[in-house]
Amino acid sequence: MTDTTTEVGRREFLRIGASTGVALMVGFYLPSKGRAARWQSAQAGPFTPNAWVRITPDNQVTVLVEKPEMGQGQRTTEAMLLAEELDIDFSTIRIEQAPTIPDIYKSLSTGGSGGTRAGWGSVRKAGAQARAMFVMAAAQQWNVDKQECRTENGAVLHAPTGRRFTYGELVEQASKLPEISASTVSLKDTKDFRFIGKPLPRVDTPSKVDGSAGFGIDVRVPNMLYAVIARCPHFGGRLQNFDALGAKEVPGVHAVFPVPPLGFLDICGYGGRNLNTAGGVAVVANSTWAAIQGRKALKLNWNRGSNGNETTDSLRKVLDGQATAPPTFIALDRGNAGKSLDKAAKKIEATYELPFTAHATMEPMNSTVHVRDGEIEIWSPTQWANVIQDEIATLSGLPKNKVIVNMTLSGGSFGRRAQWDYAAEAWQVAREIKKPVQLVWTREDDIQHDFYREYSYHRLLGGLDQQGRIVSWSHRVVSTPIRPVFDSAESLQDPQHSAEVGGADSLPYFSPNIRLDYAPAHSAVPRAWWRSVESSFNAFAVECFIDELAHAAGKDPYEFRVGLLHEDANVPTGEGLDTRKFRSVLQLAAEKAGWGKPLPVGWGRGIACHWSFDSYVAHVAEVSVQKDGAVHVRRVVTAVDCGTAVNPDGVRAMAEGAINFALTPVLGGEITIKDGAAEQSNFHDFQVLRMNQAPDIEVYIMPSTDPPGGMGEPGVPPLAPAVANAIFAATGVRVRRLPIDSRLLKNLPAS
Amino acid sequence: MARMNLLVNAKKYEIDVAPETPLLWVLRDTLGLTGTKFGCGMGLCGACTVHLDADAARSCQTPVGSVGAKKITTIEGLSADRSHPLQKAWIAQQVPQCGYCQSGQIMQAAALLIKNPRPTRDEIDQAMSGNICRCGTYQRIRRAIQQAAKEAA
Repeated sequence: MTDTTTEVGRREFLRIGASTGVALMVGFYLPSKGRAARWQSAQAGPFTPNAWVRITPDNQVTVLVEKPEMGQGQRTTEAMLLAEELDIDFSTIRIEQAPTIPDIYKSLSTGGSGGTRAGWGSVRKAGAQARAMFVMAAAQQWNVDKQECRTENGAVLHAPTGRRFTYGELVEQASKLPEISASTVSLKDTKDFRFIGKPLPRVDTPSKVDGSAGFGIDVRVPNMLYAVIARCPHFGGRLQNFDALGAKEVPGVHAVFPVPPLGFLDICGYGGRNLNTAGGVAVVANSTWAAIQGRKALKLNWNRGSNGNETTDSLRKVLDGQATAPPTFIALDRGNAGKSLDKAAKKIEATYELPFTAHATMEPMNSTVHVRDGEIEIWSPTQWANVIQDEIATLSGLPKNKVIVNMTLSGGSFGRRAQWDYAAEAWQVAREIKKPVQLVWTREDDIQHDFYREYSYHRLLGGLDQQGRIVSWSHRVVSTPIRPVFDSAESLQDPQHSAEVGGADSLPYFSPNIRLDYAPAHSAVPRAWWRSVESSFNAFAVECFIDELAHAAGKDPYEFRVGLLHEDANVPTGEGLDTRKFRSVLQLAAEKAGWGKPLPVGWGRGIACHWSFDSYVAHVAEVSVQKDGAVHVRRVVTAVDCGTAVNPDGVRAMAEGAINFALTPVLGGEITIKDGAAEQSNFHDFQVLRMNQAPDIEVYIMPSTDPPGGMGEPGVPPLAPAVANAIFAATGVRVRRLPIDSRLLKNLPAS
Repeated sequence: MARMNLLVNAKKYEIDVAPETPLLWVLRDTLGLTGTKFGCGMGLCGACTVHLDADAARSCQTPVGSVGAKKITTIEGLSADRSHPLQKAWIAQQVPQCGYCQSGQIMQAAALLIKNPRPTRDEIDQAMSGNICRCGTYQRIRRAIQQAAKEAA
């Protein structure tokens, strides 16, 4: 993850503020709950040493968090990093979402589990810089050497004379000081941490237990209307004609009009991005319910387009064909995997298949947009506020500083809100209406028009020698890749750009001959980043196959893995993967799970380990399989090495959440395609994990003082293979296709 | 459209809406009480759970015209100050991640504890399995319900 460290000190902050046309003096005020940002000058107002923190004379500290909060605990983590270095009482701070000013806030987006990694340098420096300015201010007031001053919990102390100022008392003096560059301040040592490493309670928890936390769909502004869009169920299909008479008669409906699909937009470089909106017919009404009822009354004729014949079966044939066709990209080619396989004492072959699955965030997609004269205001849950600003500015022709983006809390995201389609659709509707309009997606819209996790198919060939060591490893990854959905034709010319081999290319297990290559499968079904992206399917293939090789070698799956880890600490195939850490989490999970201890009849234990987003996660899953083939995942024991665990309870929560999330497409959660459309539409046929299926979970965190790795996603990849491996241990049957087909597990003799 | 009175969180509201309008949308759009959430519109996810008298109800499946004189309690009315034992337990166990499903989870749990103050683990799972959490906080929800049940005893 690139370091987005940037210091925007006060002077720079004021300069940028002025150039964006915002009347900004010493401080600024951002009200909560999604109302428009108002900028006010302040004479004896707050001290704003940098863009991330504001202190008022009453010693109230407000931390401005850049990144979105979508449940991953980002607000709390960012606040902890800043509070640590600023040295204040964490329990008294207030949190606000930073305004969307990309020139100031370089890190408004999140993805790739990068939030904590990005803030580890930049946010801490912001806190340290502010603290240094208070020390300087106090030293000046007391006319002493600043080396004689220290800070303590929101105050500066001069030990020799016993004098003390709170930060609040120093606000006016500090405001007059020249800049202290963030690059000159030093950060605390681990041994001095007061907050980092502690399981501090999340700052947003109270508002989430009393209904006061406001999500995008909860935005309420005066005179607003509500809208839904009728979209063609067939991917790539288009509106032929429609009859709005019935819709317009529904009480509360204000307007009905077509919205064209949106394609390429010149944003984000790489030749632009395809927004991929379906287009359709918008129904605008004075309530969400009236809009939904109005849409039901529409008469619609769709042109299916050229994808109307795509089905899961037709796709599977393409994927299967691509599993043996020439690859478009060769990721690894060490030695000669083919020849060494021919000469191997034992040959093992397996094909794995993972279908489309949906994000299905609890809060469906929505954005609220108000197109006013010369400016546009948007309230939206999103992972990329700056891109929404860029997108709406480009679409509308307004300069970016006239597009106000208020990032709201996100009711889950998992990668879905890293797409900008729904905000663009909302703008399309709002510009016809000129009042604030909230575009809402119903659950049917969400399940049928998701950007799904790609369909993938894996062909693995392994060869063992007489001693049961791997001599040949071949992995062909086939998927319906994400890049062609969004990227320009020029960027797609390089086949590596679409090759989805992440997580398969960092193979920790030694083989002298390795081949990893990729072939794409064309599909009209929209795809995008789903929590842990390529690792979510590549880890399934790798960790299931290594288990199959263990069995073929007559070895225990855990011992086999540990025995194969490269002797060099760093894996030549995966830059940054440290096999010592990989071994440690494997060992910790196995030990805590009681690997090898007996289990009841019909139960089995499986293990899997994966490195992604700079973190290592091993799961041991215990499952029971009934006579009717039903699988219960009883317990998951997890070991994590994520470097410094900034908030250990947050790390645990991410591990637990990832396990439950990853379990949905193992037990159900399949999207099937018929007539070029998703067959599922709501939670009755897109079945997600429920409490009675949720295993007991234990999480063990490796102590570490290394910089933090990510934790939003790494718990996902090893879960599915751990469960599949556990099912094998229980039944002797390999699950190579997800979701589990319990018919394959019926009436098996106890193993 | 029909005029009717609703009693929500001990407050009387006079509204004029079509009686078949789901209570969920009356709460959210007519009365501005957005703590109760929209998740599926089919009674499958539990995000819209409120109380009608002492019973949990999926407000997306409850036509407002059918409510009559029943007392409606939403998450906003569960307590004035997060003092309900479940709210305290939810904070102690650090349950919410994104938080969107949690209003419905808490209301469902509150109705469970009214009827069954000492639920077993299986009874909790059974009562709560109609409420979906995509962030995966189920284990913490279980523990929070167990904690609240113990503390209220």
